[in-house]
Amino acid sequence: MNLQGRQTWKFTNSIYLNAAGTSVGPLESEGPLGSFFDKTYSDLHCNQKNWELAERQLMEDAIDVCLKKTKLQPEDINFLLAGDLLNQIVSANYTARGNGIPYLGVFGACSTSMESLALGALLVDGGYANRVIAAVSSHNATAERQFRYPTEYGGQKPDTATFTVTGAGAALVSKEVSDIKITSATIGKVVDLGIKDPFDMGSAMAPAAADTIAAHLKEMNVAADEYDLIATGDLSGVGAPIVKMLLKEQGIDISDNHRDCGLMIYRPDQPVFAGGSGCACSAVVTYGYILDEIRKGNLNKVLMVATGALLSPVMVQQKESIPTVAHGVVLERAEGGN
Amino acid sequence: MEFVWAFLVGGLICVIGQLMMDVLKLTPAHVTTSFVVIGALLDAFGIYDKLIEFAGAGATVPITSFGHSLLHGAMASAEDHGFIGIAMGIFELTSAGISSAILFGFIVAVIFKPKG
Repeated sequence: MNLQGRQTWKFTNSIYLNAAGTSVGPLESEGPLGSFFDKTYSDLHCNQKNWELAERQLMEDAIDVCLKKTKLQPEDINFLLAGDLLNQIVSANYTARGNGIPYLGVFGACSTSMESLALGALLVDGGYANRVIAAVSSHNATAERQFRYPTEYGGQKPDTATFTVTGAGAALVSKEVSDIKITSATIGKVVDLGIKDPFDMGSAMAPAAADTIAAHLKEMNVAADEYDLIATGDLSGVGAPIVKMLLKEQGIDISDNHRDCGLMIYRPDQPVFAGGSGCACSAVVTYGYILDEIRKGNLNKVLMVATGALLSPVMVQQKESIPTVAHGVVLERAEGGN
Repeated sequence: MEFVWAFLVGGLICVIGQLMMDVLKLTPAHVTTSFVVIGALLDAFGIYDKLIEFAGAGATVPITSFGHSLLHGAMASAEDHGFIGIAMGIFELTSAGISSAILFGFIVAVIFKPKG
């Protein structure tokens, strides 16, 4: 049975994450994980004329690096599953226009990183693809403009605000043996506990993360401590304690093995308020740092839960609350690899 | 003493603005426009002029004085030209502020690239 319970996929074939590419902006490359990223830019414009082009450049770089590591050409890839935070997921669309890989656009806000990876693994497992690339991007300036205020507007931010990560991550998924396996994935349901403040995404997303983690553990029938690491995407300093508390209420203790990518990517003294966010946050931390830790053997089994606030400025202006979703993917160290 | 009053009155106006953002969750644009309207309303009752007399720059520097100047310009012109004067005079006293905002905005946009 490939379906476990209601919402978890257990892949029957051995599905591998062959290689990943990451690219980041200046603040991320100066952060504690800076050395784990493949391509870094010292300028937020990434040598481009405007922010949108900069974000597209980042996504193209991530895919390029990923292909180069595996010595493959775009023609060798069956499908590109990609998304970003901008309206009509323009960064992904225009990147796909450039490389000519058959393309499915994916949107789950910041959860797109694991949504695209889970779907990619599913296509490969079902025999509908040999090689799939899952890619996401986000850019601080494009996200600020679209979801909050343009930076030039000079609006004040509370400490609960998060800082959108500038970067992109891409991962190649296939049945070709490598050192990292994708074994299962849990698709989250949309959770909305009524948070209306776009400057407090951590509180809004924590219940979705807790729901997906609880569902995953129950349906896979595993204990939380079976994972060396249960990582969440971008709950930040505000949401990370909340997800631990919510799970504790259900009798699940992740206090020892939980970390949040939004807190890992920046140093506490960087000007990022409560921490990092955006689809690139979970993507670059996972594809850059966590994969490396798995390869080195420091981590064996990781549940990566990317959290997404399905925030629409129009709906917020109409006084609607912010729905959120979280998707989890399990990455394991493969013995068949090296 | 006039410095003290200027500081206290100007500061108080800013405190109200900060509270509007923090407590009432209004955006900076809402706060700014509300202040302009409040300044004009206070002027309609002659209160704002008294406040300026009392606190000087404490009352003229915050954006509330922009509303006060709009109304002053409109009323002065209305006296000379009747009803149409309201439209003619509304920017009379504030035109320097608006023009310099446009001019400096233009110069900055030409020279600098946005940082984020």
